[in-house]
Amino acid sequence: MKIDIILAGVGGQGILSIATIVGYAAVKRGMYMKQAEVHGMSQRGGDVQSHFRLSDEEIASDLIPMGKADMIISVEPMESLRYLPWLNNETGWLITNDQPFVNIPNYPDFDKLSAELGKLKNKVVINADQIAKDLGSARSANMVILGAASPYLGIPFEEIEDAVRENFARKGEDIVNTNIACLRAGREFAEKR
Amino acid sequence: MAKTLFLGDEAVAQAALDAGLSGVYAYPGTPSTEITEFIQNSKQGKAGQVHSIWAGNEKTAMESAIGMSYAGKRAMVCMKHVGLNVAADPFMNSAITGANGGLVVVVADDPSMHSSQDEQDSRYYAKFALIPSFEPSNQQEAYDITYAAFDYSEKYNTPVLIRLTTRLSHSRSGVERKAERPQNELHLLENKKQFILLPAIARVNYRNLLGKQDAFENESLNSPYNKYIDGADKKMGVIASGIAYNYLMENFDGKCPYPVLKISQYPLPKKLIEKMIDECETVLVAEEGYPFIEEQVRGLLNRTGKIIGRLSGELPRDGELNPNLVAKALGMPDTYGAPIPELVVPRPPALCVGCPHIDSYNAINAAMEKYGAGKVFADIGCYTLGALPPYNAIYTTVDMGASITMAKGAADAGMRPVLAVIGDSTFTHSGMTSLLDCIYENTPVTVMILDNSTTGMTGGQDSHALGVLGEICKGLGVKEEHIHRITPLKQHHEENVALIQKELEYEGVSVIIPTRECIQTLSRRMKKQQAAKKN
Repeated sequence: MKIDIILAGVGGQGILSIATIVGYAAVKRGMYMKQAEVHGMSQRGGDVQSHFRLSDEEIASDLIPMGKADMIISVEPMESLRYLPWLNNETGWLITNDQPFVNIPNYPDFDKLSAELGKLKNKVVINADQIAKDLGSARSANMVILGAASPYLGIPFEEIEDAVRENFARKGEDIVNTNIACLRAGREFAEKR
Repeated sequence: MAKTLFLGDEAVAQAALDAGLSGVYAYPGTPSTEITEFIQNSKQGKAGQVHSIWAGNEKTAMESAIGMSYAGKRAMVCMKHVGLNVAADPFMNSAITGANGGLVVVVADDPSMHSSQDEQDSRYYAKFALIPSFEPSNQQEAYDITYAAFDYSEKYNTPVLIRLTTRLSHSRSGVERKAERPQNELHLLENKKQFILLPAIARVNYRNLLGKQDAFENESLNSPYNKYIDGADKKMGVIASGIAYNYLMENFDGKCPYPVLKISQYPLPKKLIEKMIDECETVLVAEEGYPFIEEQVRGLLNRTGKIIGRLSGELPRDGELNPNLVAKALGMPDTYGAPIPELVVPRPPALCVGCPHIDSYNAINAAMEKYGAGKVFADIGCYTLGALPPYNAIYTTVDMGASITMAKGAADAGMRPVLAVIGDSTFTHSGMTSLLDCIYENTPVTVMILDNSTTGMTGGQDSHALGVLGEICKGLGVKEEHIHRITPLKQHHEENVALIQKELEYEGVSVIIPTRECIQTLSRRMKKQQAAKKN
């Protein structure tokens, strides 16, 4: 099994914790992993992306070749579209939050943005902010997104749950439970579509 | 042994600790920062009392590392590529002194300039200094090479350089560790004069260094990190160095039909290159950074006519490589998803909401308005973002500390008034001597040292300037009545503008220090305090 994921968002939105959790689950299964991150200047509110690769066999490149990503997982809708050149046109999935993060004056019109997302063949577009808020933790939108992506990851859901537990364990039982609830809500949304 | 997930930077740090490191010396700089941070946070480092406090700049870092090596212990010095320019003097001369305890210089280059002002290639520096260098292709090699580099350094009494690039520094993968070794005991070289670079001694040392060059090349020839992998199809051969090797192999699922020479250790092994030139019709050189190998192999006259790469145009002359660029150079079909929809617009980095620099720039812009454009000289740090809208406040950014001395040069040329903008950490890195030049001549410059009490852009490392900026300026000789601390907040805007304008009119050196903590470090500190209260 081999899965190539582009993680996308805006600096400070926490895309890397998604990678940490999936990476933990994958490495526990004995898979190989490579994950190229962006540090430095663009972390200051700029667009950020991470190339995240998992495989049963050794992985050569830290960067995913264009047109070959299996998935874009994004916590911001416009940012999800920025990486379409990397996504496999036929089989690739795009999973994104539909809530814009507006920190630039020329952010595109929301309706046009939705229409653009609507054109894609395989997608899950989800209001992760609202779901996370309803479950009592606005900051856990990234776990909702991860839940929505989970059916396509090829890793058993329980193992992803375990990884979430492991990742938040030191922050206490309550935080673990909210994050698990967010993960499950995202999963449910994706499965019901 | 089980594998641990490490960034390339972290793999270097862990390897150094395991190899018996006694001290790391560094100034933060993307993409090298995480090496030192890893050692600072490491239990192993603390237990071994490994020195890991940030240095004032790369030059002082390099010199301290040479001193530790002189004393017989293993030292590592880390920096970003442009940091090596700052450290160039001690670096070049460390090749002449040689090393006692293992001395490893780690330099992280930033091709494509993700977070830098140029994409210079540090392999040239190693060649310039006539010392061996390494270019790991993955995280495991970053670990193995760093571990072995200390032995190499001690075997030949020479500093060695490890060159990383952004995509290795900041990419995570599984790494298998080796056994931990004890640190060296304090011990001096038998020749007590080797580190005295008086001409008579330096000449001898230099000849010794020249005498080691064949041995260095022989090490490269037999290195486990340089590999000649035969291929049946001799129409093409590929020399791939560092992470370019990964981009090559990505296109072949691990089995390239052409002969491949993987390079991760320099000086270049001539025999292996000769073999490839002799047996292949065309030779593609794929390397991250400048055409360092290509230039040497092809030579000034390009007599073989069969070397292709960045110089011949098969690969772009600038910027990072990736699997697609290497595929194209190999004549393989390119792959591409869907184009980026037109409505997607750039999202450049910006100052954080609540950042003190915002208030400083608002005051600067208001104060400078009547003097016209082009009179604000800035420096390297978060506040460089003042170049972008909505501020458009600054006109120069060249290197660490240049704001003050460039403002001086412009003032010498007759420009009035001139304003320099520099951060607290950048000021102690390289701005103090610049200020001294201004004081010595009583140059009419106004220097604003934006004191956010941290090294912000690289993630909030401690600043040597913390709480002492006023004292430093006074000590250097700025007149007390022309040193001011102000608070960059909206409510003080008018008075701040008035003060800046008043000092701009003064025909001498003034220093204004807008002081307010970085919003990022402040919120981290608050969170920590809250957590401490809960417990």
